[in-house]
Amino acid sequence: MTPYVETSDSAGLENIWAWLAELPDPEVPVVSVVDLGMIRDVEISDGAVRVSVAPTYSGCPATDVIEQNIVSCLRDKGIADVTIRRVLSPPWTTDWISEAGREKLRAYGIAPPIGSAGKRSLLGALPKIACPCCASSNTEQVSEFGSTACKASYKCRDCLEPFEYFKCI
Amino acid sequence: MTNHQALTKYLFRLGDNALILAQRLGELVANGPELEEELATANFALDYLGQARMFYARACELEGAGRDEDEIAFLRGEREFENFLLVEQPNGHFGDTIVRQVLFDSFYILQLEALAACSDPGTAEIAARAQKEIQYHLRHAAHWLVRLGDGTQESHARVADSLQNFWRYTGELFDGDGIDDLMHSAFDGPDLQRIAGTWHDNVGKILQQATLQMPEDQWMDGGGREGRHTEPFGYLLAEMQYMQRAFPGASW
Repeated sequence: MTPYVETSDSAGLENIWAWLAELPDPEVPVVSVVDLGMIRDVEISDGAVRVSVAPTYSGCPATDVIEQNIVSCLRDKGIADVTIRRVLSPPWTTDWISEAGREKLRAYGIAPPIGSAGKRSLLGALPKIACPCCASSNTEQVSEFGSTACKASYKCRDCLEPFEYFKCI
Repeated sequence: MTNHQALTKYLFRLGDNALILAQRLGELVANGPELEEELATANFALDYLGQARMFYARACELEGAGRDEDEIAFLRGEREFENFLLVEQPNGHFGDTIVRQVLFDSFYILQLEALAACSDPGTAEIAARAQKEIQYHLRHAAHWLVRLGDGTQESHARVADSLQNFWRYTGELFDGDGIDDLMHSAFDGPDLQRIAGTWHDNVGKILQQATLQMPEDQWMDGGGREGRHTEPFGYLLAEMQYMQRAFPGASW
């Protein structure tokens, strides 16, 4: 294993971003932490790497695991000195999920978030969600909650498939 | 009291509200009325717990006494918790849980909104993060209150009772003390007078849609912020802190 520190910092940065772009989210492994928009910044100085991570939901139990995974991913690549900085501002919202990430979610069977975060009124109507299997928008919400804090449960009235929706916050 | 001390204390109180409500909602895991609502309350509990950790961590940092958020949650006694009495009230039936959520979250969202614009950046960023979560908690609880209030005779009567029972704990939300005053004057924090007006308007709108009457002015309970709690609080704490008290220092 060649420690990357012998290369220039900019080449190192590119590598680190590429490695993190392959690092799966532990709860939705089809998208990476970069797809989700959780990696705000990577800095290198004197061979030490500092990764700025924006947690998603305050109580997301995966946050600690994600941070550990980042450290061990970079260690495996030969970087011994990795620190994680938690960044709360600006807060993470589903708007930070990349286009590529949204496509991967859809292909995996999770409808990606629709619209911009936080625009809905208190007792307003629900947005129309397209079924990730048959693309029909004739769908209904079964529950605003699902297997993880970030998802809601839906079902498609046309193909009858139940699916999850990555809800918008 | 210095401004620094007031801010620290204020953050501990924010953490206390969030932690105690997280613990209450967590009690519904495997006890929810139906699977979807159990997931909902568990999700909410996680959000509050995450917020509590962040508020405590920031408070401990400002305090500089070397304490951490686990110590704050598990090793303090009843009188050291300064949460509102409202959040420690038992879950009761599902309508009780929903009414408690609507009353508290309608306040909390306004408090967070004001804090997100306060002059302490460390507090503001946690508040901005938390605000996004409370928005959907409140939406969920408000929808349910409308369904229950405007539902059957039975559901209407039950939530009308819940509202009557919890109302006496809402006065405390706006009855600020010196710490609230300093938070407002020194850090541009929440103006409780103004929040009280907005809260009444917002809660009034939800109640109207739920065909429920806003309770009349009445005697209000209080004391949470002086560490004087209602009877159910001791039981909550006993359960929450059992592990650390039985096995001091246990970790995994």
